Amino acid sequence: MNTPAKWEAVIGLEVHVQLLTQTKMFCGCTNHYGDAPTSHVCPVCLGLPGSLPVPNEEAIRLTLLTGLMLGCTLAPVARFDRKNYFYPDMPKNYQISQYDDPLCAGGQVPLDPFLFPKEIQDTAEAKAGRAIRLTRIHLEEDVAKSFHFEDRSGIDFNRAGTPLMEIVSEADLRTPGEAFSFLGSLRQVLLAGHVSHADMEKGQMRCDVNVSVRPIGQKEFGTKVELKNLNSTSGVRRALTYEIARQIAACEKGEAIAHETRRWDDEAGATFTMRTKEKAHDYRYFPDPDLLPVRTDQGLLEAARTRLPELPTVLQSRLIQSFGVTAYQASVLGADRILCAYFEKAAAQAKSKATVANWILNDFLSTQPDPTTTPILPEFFGELADLVADGTINSAQAKKVFAELMANPASPREIVKRLGLAQISDASALGTYCDEAIVANPRSVEDYRAGKTNAINALKGFVMKKSQGKANPLQVDEILKAKLSA
Amino acid sequence: MSLAYETIATLRRRLLSKEIHPRDILKDLFTQIDAREKTLHAYTYLHRESALAAAEKADLSLPLGGIPIALKDNLNTLGDPCTCASKILEGYKAPYDATAVSLLRQAGSILLGRTNMDEFAMGSSTENSALGLTRNPWDPTRIPGGSSGGSAAAVAGRIALAALGSDTGGSIRQPAALCGCVGLKPTYGRVSRYGLVAFASSLDQIGPLTRTVEDSALLLSVLAGHDPRDNTTDLRPPEKFLTQKNGSVQGLRVGLPKEYFLPGMDSETESAIRSAADWFKKNGATLVDVSLPHTPTAIAVYYILATAEASANLARFDGVRYGRRATDARDVLDLYHRTRSEGFGAEVKRRIILGTFVLSQGYADAYYRQAQKVRALLRQDFEKAFTQCDLLLTPTSPEPAFPLGERTQDPLKMYLADVFTISTNLAGNGAISLPCGFTKSNLPIGLQLIGPRFGEETILRAAHAFEQSHDFLQRLPPS
Repeated sequence: MNTPAKWEAVIGLEVHVQLLTQTKMFCGCTNHYGDAPTSHVCPVCLGLPGSLPVPNEEAIRLTLLTGLMLGCTLAPVARFDRKNYFYPDMPKNYQISQYDDPLCAGGQVPLDPFLFPKEIQDTAEAKAGRAIRLTRIHLEEDVAKSFHFEDRSGIDFNRAGTPLMEIVSEADLRTPGEAFSFLGSLRQVLLAGHVSHADMEKGQMRCDVNVSVRPIGQKEFGTKVELKNLNSTSGVRRALTYEIARQIAACEKGEAIAHETRRWDDEAGATFTMRTKEKAHDYRYFPDPDLLPVRTDQGLLEAARTRLPELPTVLQSRLIQSFGVTAYQASVLGADRILCAYFEKAAAQAKSKATVANWILNDFLSTQPDPTTTPILPEFFGELADLVADGTINSAQAKKVFAELMANPASPREIVKRLGLAQISDASALGTYCDEAIVANPRSVEDYRAGKTNAINALKGFVMKKSQGKANPLQVDEILKAKLSA
Repeated sequence: MSLAYETIATLRRRLLSKEIHPRDILKDLFTQIDAREKTLHAYTYLHRESALAAAEKADLSLPLGGIPIALKDNLNTLGDPCTCASKILEGYKAPYDATAVSLLRQAGSILLGRTNMDEFAMGSSTENSALGLTRNPWDPTRIPGGSSGGSAAAVAGRIALAALGSDTGGSIRQPAALCGCVGLKPTYGRVSRYGLVAFASSLDQIGPLTRTVEDSALLLSVLAGHDPRDNTTDLRPPEKFLTQKNGSVQGLRVGLPKEYFLPGMDSETESAIRSAADWFKKNGATLVDVSLPHTPTAIAVYYILATAEASANLARFDGVRYGRRATDARDVLDLYHRTRSEGFGAEVKRRIILGTFVLSQGYADAYYRQAQKVRALLRQDFEKAFTQCDLLLTPTSPEPAFPLGERTQDPLKMYLADVFTISTNLAGNGAISLPCGFTKSNLPIGLQLIGPRFGEETILRAAHAFEQSHDFLQRLPPS
């Protein structure tokens, strides 16, 4: 981002999240994608005359759970409203949503510094540790999906009436990187609660962006532009980067920003006008008379509370404190609960837990990325780390053991025996090797004694070679120093 | 005598004693229909063959076993048209049964036919039907009332034993009054609305139109109860109504709301209602003067809230998925415009436009939200009145059936036909209309008894006692 210093962007996000429920929001139809078009439908989700909605309590519980996870204020009584507009993908020509009394209000999403784009994770922007305030979270029904063919359009109603949770942020975001991290950090929370798979590229999480620019120091917002067709987190970032630059360039030329909706074209890498917003749409919201107010205090809230998971931020601090992993490792482990559970099992009994983290995150992930199917028991990593820690093998040997572990999974102790790798820690045997080294390298001995302490490395190398790499390097170091200063 | 003239209760006894067969009832009804339907035009659709087939398989052990029943044409039944008397639902066949319909089927009744109505239940005369006029059996130059005019005309004209209607502002009670039959609007939440094509969701209720109070109770016992498909149905366990008929109103406190007895009201109606009140007093009830002070606001509140809800409820009729679709549309917007312009009648359009307006930005506070507040006050009126009495006694309609065509050009005057029935929909209470007299020109007059919420048993007992000591049932419309 090379926004000239005198401008700042103001960004707000509206995130739609598909919920992991068995059935749709207001009927018993299966909530599932990818099946034959219009195969999961009934009079209710088709909006046939006479049909009536009945709310899906699981969707309400998942929304309340999200509210709990994000620190929202939960409404004791929430209401559903009708949002009126005509569109062919909307069977009733009104959408059941929430307007005046949403399930959740307020709350925030803490930005995970390691969920900023890689190349800016070291910047002050990522390290600022900001939390983005939320306006509200509400529940609504999704619309059907339109398909446009050459001479006609078709509508698949499988998605019509599926539960959709809308999370609206305050205009707190300032950079494309923050928006990127917001979506990633929010996703981690949703995954932790099993609320949604929240994969933007699969449409499980969809995002509309509002963005404006203003001179730094100015309190008033600039004219807001809404961006649509953002299908990935990086797409959001790229679109924002483009749009902010476009708006700044326009402002610097003294042009007015039009209040409009613009479409992001990922291939062109640019935004284009979709429609102007001269007339604000009047959705004529009113409470849906088919639905009673939702009393969240009658069991729903309690049920949500019992499902509260360990939140990403809490998990990360625990990993750092109890396992000595780095903040980065904590973020990576926190982002994959299955891998994290694997790691915790592996490190539970290990003496050097940080070593286990290194093995798993560096070596293991690059070869066997799926911890659920691997034949390698997590305990093996603890054992391997212990073998290094107690000096049975050195780190070079550990690499060999690891390679063998991947090829023919077995206990690392077994492998050490099988490969005959056990480190030589016997002082007299090592002493013999060291004596040989001193005799064979008079030049290095001289250098060392003359103050060139690095010269000891040549002697160590000799010992390692002689011992076929089995010598305990720390002990060798001690013995050589003792002998040389004698 | 033709079985078409009998009550359900009597026919059930005769069926159970094997004296008659369900096909005998149908045969007599069809003979009667062939003679009278041409004049009355109460039906939009008759299930002649399927009804006869069902009669052969009828399970008499069920509470309505072998009894044919007519349905207002806004109740979905699997495989049948459901026109709502609108051109916009041309060709539509329902792929499911309304809960009320499946309850009737489960109770053993036979679906006889579908009855005419004001389009989407919007009207008080059945003149707003796109499928033709229905006439009043007592005087074919007059309206049968509405919107359940087809149901009322069929029951009163002895071409149906009973029919279901729907009541949003008086659409069961007012036609029942004008046709001289018994019409019951249950308490909101008593009967499932699932499968009833919605006009105004917070006001609509399905209810029976019958010849007698006993038949009304019989049908309500079948229809009432919680439905998991209707979030607004009450959770109380099912009830059987009027199982004890002692015919007494002794000790009953009957309230006469002063706002329902106005100077200048139709004198024959007023005197019939006053004599009904006297009957209650003579038979041991106490008459109490009560007030429902917000009554004068009811029509305004109703035409804001009902139209607001209707504007959304009727948005789905757009030609995209079912029913009528305009041809030669340029694009989807044009398809909406043409389909809805061609498909809806004038009154429906008027109400959609009104409802859209009262919800619009800048107007919703003054109209929609203000009306919701007044509705709460109306509800309080009733709650307060029912601390002083057990039932309210009022006229159902300010006047007897008016001539066809008299008010079609004056919607406001038409709206006033429901002045005595609308408040109960806004408050949610149950109410019945039953015959209480005739004008000199032989037109029926209806008495309305309003109960507290879920007070149908009280309503039905009092209505039954009143009915038993009068002989209005003996009086038949001219054939």
